[in-house]
Amino acid sequence: MTLQFNDETFRDDYSYHNSPDAIRRFPFPFDKDDYMYAVNMEPHGSGRAGSPFENRFDVDEHYVAEMRDREITLKEDPLRCQSLPHMELAGWDLLELIMEAKSEDYPELFSLHRDGDRWHWINRPLGIDHKFTFLDPTTLPYGPMEYITRQAQGDFAVLDQRDGNLWMEAGMVTSQADWSLDFDIGMNFFEWHAPVPLAHEMGIFQRALKFLLAIQQDAPSRRLNWTMTVNPRLDTSPENYHKWGPEKRTLTPENVGEKQYLRVELQTFFRLPRSNGLAFPIRCYLISLQDLVTVPKWGRRLHRVIRDLPDELAEYKGFTVNRPLIVEYLSRFDDGKPTSPGIFPDE
Amino acid sequence: MSAQMLRVTEIEALSPLVKRFRFEHPGGKKLPLFSGGAHVVVEMPDGDLLRRNAYSLISDPQDGSGYEIAVRREDGGRGGSRFMHANVSQGDTLRISTPLNLFALDARARKHVLIAGGIGITPIIAQMRQLLRMQDRFEIHYAARSRSEAAGLRLLPRLPHIHSHISDEGDRMDLGAILDRQPIGTHVYTCGPEGLITAVAQCAARLGWPRGSLHSEVFLAPPPGRTFEVTLAKSGRTVTVGPHQSLLEALEEAEVDIDWSCRGGACGRCETDVVSCHGRIEHNDHWLSEDEHSSQTKIMPCVSRFRGRELIIDR
Repeated sequence: MTLQFNDETFRDDYSYHNSPDAIRRFPFPFDKDDYMYAVNMEPHGSGRAGSPFENRFDVDEHYVAEMRDREITLKEDPLRCQSLPHMELAGWDLLELIMEAKSEDYPELFSLHRDGDRWHWINRPLGIDHKFTFLDPTTLPYGPMEYITRQAQGDFAVLDQRDGNLWMEAGMVTSQADWSLDFDIGMNFFEWHAPVPLAHEMGIFQRALKFLLAIQQDAPSRRLNWTMTVNPRLDTSPENYHKWGPEKRTLTPENVGEKQYLRVELQTFFRLPRSNGLAFPIRCYLISLQDLVTVPKWGRRLHRVIRDLPDELAEYKGFTVNRPLIVEYLSRFDDGKPTSPGIFPDE
Repeated sequence: MSAQMLRVTEIEALSPLVKRFRFEHPGGKKLPLFSGGAHVVVEMPDGDLLRRNAYSLISDPQDGSGYEIAVRREDGGRGGSRFMHANVSQGDTLRISTPLNLFALDARARKHVLIAGGIGITPIIAQMRQLLRMQDRFEIHYAARSRSEAAGLRLLPRLPHIHSHISDEGDRMDLGAILDRQPIGTHVYTCGPEGLITAVAQCAARLGWPRGSLHSEVFLAPPPGRTFEVTLAKSGRTVTVGPHQSLLEALEEAEVDIDWSCRGGACGRCETDVVSCHGRIEHNDHWLSEDEHSSQTKIMPCVSRFRGRELIIDR
């Protein structure tokens, strides 16, 4: 099937939309009717055909529009993309990983020809045809990480591994759930997770760090995270809170199904070969509640999860103010019937 | 632990005790690249025993056409290196793990000082190849007892910033002179016998080096000891660990599912909770904290042993 790219926006008139196919393949994050933190890691790279887990880097109908939105955000705030000087090699690692994966997984959209260090990259959806020398940054218009992440959906944190810890020292972050690269850059794993409630006491981060430090090449992992966003906005950054924060107050019983989105992050982890760093892509998927409830299992389950969520988590995820509205809306799609295990829709 | 079968394509004697082995994919497939300091685990089917030894890669990290290691024959060792020397021939295939790096270069360093003693030169060879490629500033100091034993000489290029110190020729490595007057932002990496690593650490401390600028790797072979028994909480079974066997190997022999990587007490993969301990765990690892060691609530089965009445582990 050839991919049709949507002409849509993630700001102003919010014309973002999901096709029926995109709804069916949405990465619904709840495998049961309640939710608590867990180190819910699984191997990544060859998941169910057609799902966002099929390929290492999922390319979907929102690709071109997302890249356009990233360009706008970067123009307004260049600090959304930063790479400390020692992270350049990791940037090349990431460029190689993404180019290899996309050209192998989507040969009709991307191609990569290599003759030693002379590389030829073609990105058809974005109209890019570029010859450059690998490891020579003067042959690219941007640093290697910025160059490739202007062509890849989702945010990217690039982590240095040393002293038994991970350090966020490079990244491209324009579609984040209310965190700031400019604030976090240079922090280690415990420092940038400091604001998360409950999980520290549960020992989650100690266990997660040990797991991540041991991630091996050719054995990437993934997990899903989630929050709620009013309007399909990628850039929900602290820097721009004044733009999107007030939109939370525009929700009414009449428009909640249309304006309230479930925001899911597909977080993946790849060991980078040359730098021994860790690439941490965070891909954002958005679905309106009215689209989500077209899958009956998801409507029932999301109602139960949101209704029973501990208050600290709703507060941290920033939707306490709209929780009653959301629960009231979703309750209309929950007939109390049992749900099947796993995240995928019933056939 | 991901691994693949690779073919031995070259064997070369670098010194009377050290052989270089090159491995390539039998179908000519490119192998995963790695970073300087990484090691692989080589599996050796030796009769009924499956030996697994970790060896640092010495080949160019940017070159996926093959992996190379250098193995010193340890006649008093547990038998892995003797097997490599006596039983492995060109054309054989062995199972080799994906590279893992527990001794990586610190990319922030303004300069890298690499210090090797004896066979400890191996990870430093790959680090050097990476630094040459990245055009980073570095110097190497390699100490060996005699010229004939110094396998590293065959692997090091003749460059003004690469120094060999052959002690029986009267050239002993002077750590004070090496570590003094290095520019701010220099990192030092030491690989070799525990005594060398301690000496570098002490000298650096005396000269006021920040601790975070010191890196080292000791490769631990599981030390031998007395036979001991361990009870497995999940099955109630008891496993006997022989004098020249590690607990990890005994668990593998008993077909207990357990993750591992470095098999030398450094990576943390095989960390195991202790359910109950009446006796003393002989901790030999570099992974657990001092508190964890003294509380006897965790054990690293790859290198640590037990002496006492009863040890029950969560396996």
